[in-house]
Amino acid sequence: MQSFDLGKEGLRALNSALHGLKGQTNMTDWEVVNPKGAHAIAAGVDAPVDITVRGSTGYYCAGMNKQATIRIKGSAGPGVAENMMSGTVIIDGNASQYAGATGRGGLLVIKGNASSRCGVSMKGIDIVVHGNIGHMSAFMAQSGNLVVLGDAGDALGDSLYEARLFVRGSVKSLGADCIEKEMRPEHYALLEDLLKRGEADGKAKPEEFKRYGSARKLYNFNIDNAAAY
Amino acid sequence: MSDFPHTPPRYSATFTPAVNAEIRRAAASGIYDIRGGGTKRHLPHFDDLLFLGASISRYPLEGYREKCATDVWLGTRFAKKPIHLDIPVTIAGMSFGALSGPAKEALGRGASAAGTSTTTGDGGMTEEERGHSKTLVYQYLPSRYGMNPDDLRRCDAIEVVVGQGAKPGGGGMLLGQKISDRVAMMRNLPKGIDQRSACRHPDWTGPDDLEIKIHELREITDWEKPIYVKVGGARPYYDTALAVKAGADVVVLDGMQGGTAATQDVFIEHVGMPILACIPQAVKALQDLGMHRKVQLIVSGGIRSGADVAKAMALGADAVAIGTAALIALGDNDPKLEAEYQKLQTTADAYDDWHEGKDPAGITTQDPELFKRFDPVLGGRRLKNYLKVMTLEAQTIARACGKNHLHNLEPEDLCSLTIEAAAMAGVPLAGTSWIPGRNGGF
Repeated sequence: MQSFDLGKEGLRALNSALHGLKGQTNMTDWEVVNPKGAHAIAAGVDAPVDITVRGSTGYYCAGMNKQATIRIKGSAGPGVAENMMSGTVIIDGNASQYAGATGRGGLLVIKGNASSRCGVSMKGIDIVVHGNIGHMSAFMAQSGNLVVLGDAGDALGDSLYEARLFVRGSVKSLGADCIEKEMRPEHYALLEDLLKRGEADGKAKPEEFKRYGSARKLYNFNIDNAAAY
Repeated sequence: MSDFPHTPPRYSATFTPAVNAEIRRAAASGIYDIRGGGTKRHLPHFDDLLFLGASISRYPLEGYREKCATDVWLGTRFAKKPIHLDIPVTIAGMSFGALSGPAKEALGRGASAAGTSTTTGDGGMTEEERGHSKTLVYQYLPSRYGMNPDDLRRCDAIEVVVGQGAKPGGGGMLLGQKISDRVAMMRNLPKGIDQRSACRHPDWTGPDDLEIKIHELREITDWEKPIYVKVGGARPYYDTALAVKAGADVVVLDGMQGGTAATQDVFIEHVGMPILACIPQAVKALQDLGMHRKVQLIVSGGIRSGADVAKAMALGADAVAIGTAALIALGDNDPKLEAEYQKLQTTADAYDDWHEGKDPAGITTQDPELFKRFDPVLGGRRLKNYLKVMTLEAQTIARACGKNHLHNLEPEDLCSLTIEAAAMAGVPLAGTSWIPGRNGGF
């Protein structure tokens, strides 16, 4: 295992080393100690490696991740895994605002709670939150799946496009154009897979969830819908 | 019936026929007017400034004999790989989606041949543009359509777009009729829906967050790329200062004459400030921070000629950007297509319904039949010619002012024709030493 002391060696040295990993490197196992809330830890990694961050991170940890599996043994600051392309990011603790924002692929797992705007503008990422999510989550979410084992805050899925939202607990309120939808067999299968990959298969069952999606009434402008905004 | 003459019909200066027509249109349609382009109202502009030229107190340089350099470095503050352009006229961000692929290719061809950069837009980077652009600026927009780390690494600079002059505080809009299969795929949205680009970034708010965001982008790109911050002309003194504080290499400042692919007419005409009023405030912010020329300033919004380039640079800009003018150079709004514009109930030089995707010139469309009409090689050549002419014009003026580099132009080379322009630009009214408000600050 490559152990990297962020306190001693600094962020630039860490990200430079991680960016240097190309293709089928055999340096596949990394550990980052003393993160102390630093920003942009392991941002822009593009290699099939495992990185464990031992502690809490600041903004944009694992930003734009490709291929890597990044585990945060603590909580994550705003914008964790923003615009992730592929790979997996797993947070043992809580995540601050905008977790998984604009993510285009891969899997983000938050074992604690996520703050507001979780999955904002998501574009293909899958997000599994073991706890609750805050207000305005999945705002303008375009595609991908957001799975919440706990409750959702106000205005879930406001101005939603084609992303699928699955919530087990209560939803404080739905945002504009977001409605509850029927759970069909393919959704149960999808949930089963996501719960398993999201390390939550022992915690919840697919049939306990409700599905929310876009009513698609605001896709093309109509003056009679203006009051919806 | 009286023999006295009737009072002749008199139009209201408030309720003009154009105002009344808009009221009727709104009443009939139930939707605000959406259009492309920038403001069409008359504004204090570069036309209200004149160069003084050399005289006894300063001597001119000989045209065609004595050198007047035009190159510019951008991104020298932090980037490991700053950009060096031959001319200070760049191509502003315009999206694939708003423009056709061949039009983006033509912009790349023309800009590269003239030794300058082009810029992506809200819709991601296309191969047409990357392949034909020697220097390509990649916009980082609130929508993040198509955003990915590979394109961040293969661009030459990154432009974090906070706002634009046509609609400071507003997001983008691409109506359903322009969402082709390719545009839909690049933006990860269903075909045919009205597609909105958010008005603010999804994962940061405010200058402190922006600093952290810029830091992340630098880390992802290993500190190689210059990072620009683009703002619409609203509060240019503070926006410039905050962009510098947040770590920008370059500030891009877009006045309200700057165009858009589509937004509400009420937004275009009533929000933001003319570029003439914006430049001195931004320059003052840079000077107050000791960063003028260290953080470069690119200005845009209504730049049409070498005279405009020279005036913007005399006020303190390092470079300018053109959008609308570049489209016209490519062939947009050409009177040769008048019969087709008439069919669209408009006329050449006034066509602005770019959002409808029916552009007879094949530039602002996603209709394959229409964009076949546009030749990107010819379009690129026309743009190159235009950029070269602008540069020659700016050099002509600079030599007349005794300057051996466009960057040596200064406010002292200018006078104003109107009190408004004198106050906004901070140069004296012609024939006087009067700068209104000069002692009162901004």
